[in-house]
Amino acid sequence: MDIPRHWRLKKQRYALVGEVCDHCDSKVFPPRDICPDCGEEAKTLYSFSGKGEVYSYTKVFEAPAGFDENAPYTVAMVKLEEGPLVTAQLTDLDESNLEIGMPVEMVTRKLRSATDERGMLVYGYKFRPVMA
Amino acid sequence: MNEVVIAGIGQTSVGEQWDISLRELAYYALEAARLDAGGLTPQALYVSNMLAPALSHQSHLATLVADFAGLQGIEASTIEAAGASGGMALRMGYIAVASGTVDVAMVLGVEKMTDQTVSNVTAAAATTMDADYEAEHGLTLTSQAALLMKRYLHEFDVPEFAFSGFPIIAHANGATNKNAMFQRAIKLASYQRAGMVSDPMNMFDVAPNADGSAAVILTRPELLPKKFVHPLIQINGSSAVTDTLALHDRPDPIVFNAARLSVERACSQAGIIPSDVDLFELYDAFSIYGALALEAAGLSEKGKGWEWASNGDLSLEGKLPISTFGGLKARGNPGGATGVYQAVEATLQLRNQAGENQVKDAKTAMIQAFGGPSSTSVTHILSKLG
Repeated sequence: MDIPRHWRLKKQRYALVGEVCDHCDSKVFPPRDICPDCGEEAKTLYSFSGKGEVYSYTKVFEAPAGFDENAPYTVAMVKLEEGPLVTAQLTDLDESNLEIGMPVEMVTRKLRSATDERGMLVYGYKFRPVMA
Repeated sequence: MNEVVIAGIGQTSVGEQWDISLRELAYYALEAARLDAGGLTPQALYVSNMLAPALSHQSHLATLVADFAGLQGIEASTIEAAGASGGMALRMGYIAVASGTVDVAMVLGVEKMTDQTVSNVTAAAATTMDADYEAEHGLTLTSQAALLMKRYLHEFDVPEFAFSGFPIIAHANGATNKNAMFQRAIKLASYQRAGMVSDPMNMFDVAPNADGSAAVILTRPELLPKKFVHPLIQINGSSAVTDTLALHDRPDPIVFNAARLSVERACSQAGIIPSDVDLFELYDAFSIYGALALEAAGLSEKGKGWEWASNGDLSLEGKLPISTFGGLKARGNPGGATGVYQAVEATLQLRNQAGENQVKDAKTAMIQAFGGPSSTSVTHILSKLG
């Protein structure tokens, strides 16, 4: 099991830590070190608020191995209030209210079930509707 | 640069082929192409494949294929660019022959998708996306396309069932392709009744994963006998372009920029514009991709790509036939082999050997393969030599 691969991403998975470009102030998530807007180096860490809105969504019925027990589940692209789009599952949904533009906020949840006999669970961000 | 022609083609039927192994599949297409090329033996073999390490536990595939075909001693390498692998291997073969480094190159696509359970294949295919930021969140290739289609329907004024034209055309053309996975036409009513796979996409909006292998042999025309066994098809435009790997990293996800650039560059090399082509083998892994490919090629305005599929323009007798042997949807989608199937099918059209699927007076064809949502796009222009 690739524990280091998940451990390296703990800041992103648990706290939505991306980057801010020192040259054009663009906010970057996921971190990519080169600013997508101005092409300069962007390595200063930046914590996103976790607030955003649904850009698009769909329900997954044919789940990949590791996600079967959660199927069907809803995946989305969420537009963070700082700008970037991020791919994540939606959770705690009342599906009758689900629509593009719906405000959502980040929560930490189990992303997938254990993939081997060592039983490592992977946690990370999902988004839920903003409580009124 | 040297002129590059397709001297031979071969393909296996596409579908669930449990009685044929990965290496046998490849060998059948390889031998068919050699036979078609009058026994020409390649000096270099470019094998396109997407998932053999995950699904068949087989890496180092090109050496296995060369070995199994009795071609030990030639150069061989495997090319992987997800769904665009076949197009990318064709480009590698083209570059090798055009440069003069290789006299005869074989491009062989092979994929075995049906040995494993659906959830294993879905997980393996998801590794072609951003593993850390897409696949680990439960996204699949199908749900990614559904995100695009949902957003498209949100942004543009599109009637219900607007995308039905893509699978209906594909299945109509697949009906007369004996190598196709599905050889039955479908009606609009079947599309309207079909169950959702990942809303708003139903079963008919998604091409089926399949086993299959296809091959082409490339060489320079002056190396062939004057009176060759069949007409030669020239590659006169070739372009491969990347976009962001993850869909969420694009400023506007419903614009396929790599597709646009690869069409522009391939057409510019060939000295044509996209509307000059007589047929377009586009990458209809999902029907939304068909619409976005037409928009990216500049053949349609943004938000209007679906219109082409609704008025007969894309059928065999229409203005711009697509998926002439069934496309990915009806012929089937054998992963890394798909781009090579497109080259084989376009060659049959340009040789006037397409039988019931023949596009009348076809002289120029455009073929295009995507890795993911045009994260890689490879476009080639083929035409009759002379």
